[in-house]
Amino acid sequence: MSGTVILTLTGIITAGILLCLLRLLKGPTAPDRAVAMDTACTVTTALLVLLALFFKRSVYLDVALVYALLTFMGLVAIARYLERGI
Amino acid sequence: MLRVVLGTVVTFAGALFLFIGCLGVFRMPDVYNRLQAGTKCTTLGAFLTAIGVGIIEPTWFWKTLVIAVFILLTNPISNHALGRASRKSGVPLCEGSVVDRSQEFDGYEGRP
Amino acid sequence: MTEKVGRTAPRARDIIHLLLVLFITWLMLTSSLHWQEVTMGAFLSLVLALFLARSYGRLGLPPLSLIRVWRLGVYFLVLFAEIVKANIDVAYRVLHPRLPINPGIVVITTELSQDVAKVLLANSITLTPGTFTLDIQGDKLLIHWINVKSEDTAEATRLIAGRFEKHLKAVFA
Repeated sequence: MSGTVILTLTGIITAGILLCLLRLLKGPTAPDRAVAMDTACTVTTALLVLLALFFKRSVYLDVALVYALLTFMGLVAIARYLERGI
Repeated sequence: MLRVVLGTVVTFAGALFLFIGCLGVFRMPDVYNRLQAGTKCTTLGAFLTAIGVGIIEPTWFWKTLVIAVFILLTNPISNHALGRASRKSGVPLCEGSVVDRSQEFDGYEGRP
Repeated sequence: MTEKVGRTAPRARDIIHLLLVLFITWLMLTSSLHWQEVTMGAFLSLVLALFLARSYGRLGLPPLSLIRVWRLGVYFLVLFAEIVKANIDVAYRVLHPRLPINPGIVVITTELSQDVAKVLLANSITLTPGTFTLDIQGDKLLIHWINVKSEDTAEATRLIAGRFEKHLKAVFA
């Protein structure tokens, strides 16, 4: 797959992350911001996998795996915090 | 060659679903509908992107499969925790909602 | 299945199952069959399996058999088809200029008794068209539905969970 195609896909995904960041800025309540953060993090995992393909470095795949794990744990912690009341 | 074309198509579908999921998070009116769009589209999008990269580079296939399965298992759980937390901390449903039966469960009394 | 957990030693069957799962995951992560990698993976899997076997046994999974693995495969195929349908549905709703939604929170009941089966059902409901699990208490599930078709518990159960419950019952029978 040529670099141009990968960069196009990366551009599409980055546009999505920007939309999530807009919602993160606007979101009227704290859970709204948490949801936007969660979506942006999952999308970033996919972005890291694409970057591994672009740079031909398989170490980015390990980064993606650890990032997915940390996202999951962090969001569960945020959810536990929100449940007690803001 | 065919393998690369197949991988490109799968990855492209994944990226498109990821973008639609983010657009849904931006456009939907309240937090629960945002979670609906966010969960479904980002799960399938990240799954397809990882699998597509694995198809293009066959030596990476098993590792990308682990990433994809991990996302498929954990993403619904974290979103479910966020949805429960927002309902319990009292985020109201949006204007056009037709029914809310969450009062039948324990722990949902506070601030409707 | 739900034996009393105390100072009892973990069962050999649990250790072997966990060892296999961990070792296969290790092989997929390293993607190499060099003897050093395999030896290290086998050693780490054995240590982890010995430590975690008691927690694994507490899950109360049914005994492994070929027919059960086949049924689980069928279930995952059904689930994947539903996920693709769900995404096309959500894409239609998001891209439509007027956002055609009709949301609400409904209650459904399930006949599954094991915790693992309930978790799988809740995850499947989250990933399928227009529904999203908020909470589980006992045998009742709280569902956010983006396009409410029925407020009645029995009717909603048939519409939402009917597709998966019979497959999951076959797996965990």
